[in-house]
Amino acid sequence: MIRPLREMGIAVVFLGQAISRMRLTRLQGRETLKQIYYAGARSLVIIVTCGFFVGLVLTLQTYDTLSRFGAADAASTVLALSLFRELGPVLTAILFAGRAGTSITAEIGLMRATEQLDALDLMAIDPMERIVQPRLIAGLIAVPALVIIFNMMALLGGVFFAVFVMGNDPTSFWGNMQNSVEFGRDFLHGLGKSIGFGVLAAWLAVYFGWSAKATSEGVALATTQTVIATAISVLVLDFVLSAFML
Amino acid sequence: MKSSNQIELTAGIFLALAIAALIFLALQATDRGVVSGGSYRISASFTNIGGLKPKAQVSMGGVTIGMVEKIELDPVTFEAKVHMQISNTYSDLPEDTSASILTAGILGDQYIGLEPGGSPVPLQEGDQVLLTNSAMVLEQLITKYLLSGDSQE
Repeated sequence: MIRPLREMGIAVVFLGQAISRMRLTRLQGRETLKQIYYAGARSLVIIVTCGFFVGLVLTLQTYDTLSRFGAADAASTVLALSLFRELGPVLTAILFAGRAGTSITAEIGLMRATEQLDALDLMAIDPMERIVQPRLIAGLIAVPALVIIFNMMALLGGVFFAVFVMGNDPTSFWGNMQNSVEFGRDFLHGLGKSIGFGVLAAWLAVYFGWSAKATSEGVALATTQTVIATAISVLVLDFVLSAFML
Repeated sequence: MKSSNQIELTAGIFLALAIAALIFLALQATDRGVVSGGSYRISASFTNIGGLKPKAQVSMGGVTIGMVEKIELDPVTFEAKVHMQISNTYSDLPEDTSASILTAGILGDQYIGLEPGGSPVPLQEGDQVLLTNSAMVLEQLITKYLLSGDSQE
């Protein structure tokens, strides 16, 4: 009981240190851009594919369910609302943890195991500044960007299903959506969440890598922990944020 | 291993793609109001609006021609005053148009249905629709039915 609490405390102190020692230099910016490439742009394939299929299956299911109540018209609204407010941010954050979080943890864990972090320290380069901060900022930027792309792909998947499989009219599909989805209340609500998830996912990934035991088993364990901790805390945070924002 | 320039370029393209997707979603998937293009405002007073909400549809003959902008309670007459935006395409609604609050399906949203009258004079910006039918409130209907049943016995 005491150990997880202590670890949580250490993780919070770690994040506090990373933020308080934040220095925005040119080098920092380049490093961050590089991390946005590794964590964000390289995750595009999984996000685009998963988004498209989530949109397809969601539309399929809502059409089938709603048509039992004679409300199939509302399918596009259900699709957009559930995507923007819940599924987009949550699924993207969990996919991000699996795709990018693990590689961040493994990378930093291996740096720890091979004493690269100590070497940086010896060269008077703050590893917090060079390694941790760019990854945190990259998570903060890349996850909302991925969420937006995920949402767009899922909507395209939904349109594809509604128009080409069900033979519906695309104008009414978009029209019904536009009538009941609000930009501020629904879309920005989800985007706000995704910023929180981005920081959370990047923070946990970096922290578990940073605190990994300097062995190959330690790195393996840390990578697993990243996925588990991110999945759990994203879902918990999702509820907390939704309760606050609604 | 890609060169660092290429990496930065790809990261930039990725962010540009996200911004493009954001614009696409903002324009295509979220509301710009039911009324695109110009619109004019009319209002109507109801004794009871039931569950009508702002942004509800205003339709005539089943076709959506506008939306409810806001709803307020008149402090003097204690009637609910509903402000509506009507698309400029339908600027020739007769002045004796009547408005009623209807429900789409059994459990659907409430909306305002307009019925055209016969007057040659059209409604102007800011005019009030005088002929109105309030919403059917289920509880009131049931009470009425029960009471009338009692009186017959």
